[in-house]
Amino acid sequence: MERTTLDLWVGLFVVAGLAAVLVLAMKVGNLSTFNMSESYILQADFDNIGGLKARAPVKSAGVVVGRVTAITFDNATYRARVSMVIDKRYKFPKDTFGKILTAGLLGEQYLGLDPGGDEVMLKGGDKIAKTQSAVVLESLISSFMYNKAAEGDANAKKP
Amino acid sequence: MPSENLVEIRDLNFTYDVRPVLQGINMDIPRGKVVAIMGLSGCGKTTLLRLIGGQLKPSQGAAKVAGQTVHELDSDALYRMRRRMGMLFQFGALFTDISVFDNVAFQMREHTDLPESLIRDLVLLKLEAVGLRGAHDLMPAELSGGMARRVALARAIALDPMLIMYDEPFAGLDTISLGVIGNLIRHLNDALGATSIVVTHDIQESLKIVDYVYFMSEGRVIAQGTPAEIRAVDTGFVRQFVHGEIDGPMPFHYPGATYAADLALEAVHA
Amino acid sequence: MLERGLAAIRGTGHRVVNAIWRMGYASRFFFAVLTHSGMSFRRFYLTVKEIYFAGVLSLIIILVSGLFVGMVLGLQGYETLQKYGSESALGTLVALSLVRELGPVLAALLFASRAGSAITAEIGLMKATEQITAMEMMAVNPIARVVAPRFWGGVISMPLLAAMFSAMGVFGGYLVGVVMIGVDDGQFWSQMQSAVDFRRDVLNGVIKSGVFGVAVTAIALFEGYDAPPTAEGVSRATTRTVVTSSLAVLVLDFLLTAFMFRGI
Repeated sequence: MERTTLDLWVGLFVVAGLAAVLVLAMKVGNLSTFNMSESYILQADFDNIGGLKARAPVKSAGVVVGRVTAITFDNATYRARVSMVIDKRYKFPKDTFGKILTAGLLGEQYLGLDPGGDEVMLKGGDKIAKTQSAVVLESLISSFMYNKAAEGDANAKKP
Repeated sequence: MPSENLVEIRDLNFTYDVRPVLQGINMDIPRGKVVAIMGLSGCGKTTLLRLIGGQLKPSQGAAKVAGQTVHELDSDALYRMRRRMGMLFQFGALFTDISVFDNVAFQMREHTDLPESLIRDLVLLKLEAVGLRGAHDLMPAELSGGMARRVALARAIALDPMLIMYDEPFAGLDTISLGVIGNLIRHLNDALGATSIVVTHDIQESLKIVDYVYFMSEGRVIAQGTPAEIRAVDTGFVRQFVHGEIDGPMPFHYPGATYAADLALEAVHA
Repeated sequence: MLERGLAAIRGTGHRVVNAIWRMGYASRFFFAVLTHSGMSFRRFYLTVKEIYFAGVLSLIIILVSGLFVGMVLGLQGYETLQKYGSESALGTLVALSLVRELGPVLAALLFASRAGSAITAEIGLMKATEQITAMEMMAVNPIARVVAPRFWGGVISMPLLAAMFSAMGVFGGYLVGVVMIGVDDGQFWSQMQSAVDFRRDVLNGVIKSGVFGVAVTAIALFEGYDAPPTAEGVSRATTRTVVTSSLAVLVLDFLLTAFMFRGI
């Protein structure tokens, strides 16, 4: 085989391979949707984070605005401390409400941000003051059962 | 200053695992001569070539080429020495994935920085010497056995070596190719001023072209002399070998129990 | 009785010693390939040629297999997901299975049987026809000239092939899921993108395929170089290459997956 033809084929092969990696990164993966380099860090304390994991998305109004970076246990307050990075393009007011939500009934858990009305915006390193814990299915079910049982007792007491 | 002998082999022993292959070999290969090493298949001829080429290390003794003890060279020095050796392998050992031209050009491209135009001239010169200039763009698979051997010969002399080694150059060739290769070995040796060692069991063809013959059997040199002297030997293994007799010192039968014993006849008699 | 017992123990000992010796020999071979890699990059054309033989010539089988594997994933995934009413997660399922596992693993298995066996057979035949010895006698190191370029050709080709396999598979899943069955186009891609992470999934897949490339090519080269110089020896070595490298890929895949996604 001629050297030039061989070079051409190998060149095409390498370009196609790199293009495939690029497609996987941009079209299949989420490299295009969120750029970690331009971001700032926020923190939030929760009573219970449920099944939230590091690298879970942070969403506001359904749009991914950041990612959870670390989850630690604060031994002073006995609460979970969640650190997250937020895209620099998005600013949130001081009284933003953070809650842990679930995508669908059985889906992945993510952190939702509900912006408040404060004039002052959150800066890098700030802590989100108002939080709502994850809904834990087990406690939900047990409280439901407890209520039902209580209702049953009340019914039984009626003549 | 250069000694008369290009290759000197002194008291060379080689043992493979526990089996002795070569025992106490002494040989002198004078400069400018064509020397044949003959013997039956499996008598250690090819092993001897490998020891001279530095691919194997002797168990005892030494082979000296151009005054240097081969097995004591480090790998750089050994490679430097091999650049001045050419070797023709039993079936040519041409590189099957590149053309005849590239095969002959291989060493020039690996070891020199010659411009491609000069390499082309040199390659065609070498191919002309073996009569195959017209075949330069064929692939090795398109060559007949005799032609492949000649291309391999052109490749072996690509860098004008001082020592050319031939491993069974006549094996599996028709009578015409046999004569062609035989003549080439003689003429190239004289034209290049090289020294040649021909390992072969083709007695008639090689006696025509060589200056001196060593006979080997079971790892030892058992006879040596000029072709005329060898032809004149009238006894023992050499005579059997030269004249191709079926039975002699080298028995026709593989050693074993007696025929009668194997057929259990003795048991019946007992 | 005692004789036979002793013979059995000796046999076992012999096999163990042999196996250890072979492993040592293989590591030395691998080390020699690495230390003699200079020429593969100084004269990069040697490596380019091997990328052609290992990579470009494996392209057809990789692309076609990738497409069909993706299409099957689309069909099967849809069948299962629709039972739970979550067929919008089809993109996630197809992409994650391909990028994390099927792409690197299947591409490596195909590569082992297409390119690996060819490398073993080629090197084995070069040895059987004394081409390797001839090269040594021409003062050219066959490890540097023949083995190392093939090693780097394989190592460079493998991740590219695996990426193309995955991309083609995602396209196949899209064809079946969206074009044929009619899953929503936007949901297919957006769910996929929110679930597939570049570092954790795509990059890890590429790293996996790189490791597989090293393993498969090194095994193929060693088997070829170590093959007895006979027709039978070469054919056996070729079979061993496919078997050994396929097993190596699957075992390595488990280890890498455990390491990457569980963080053991």
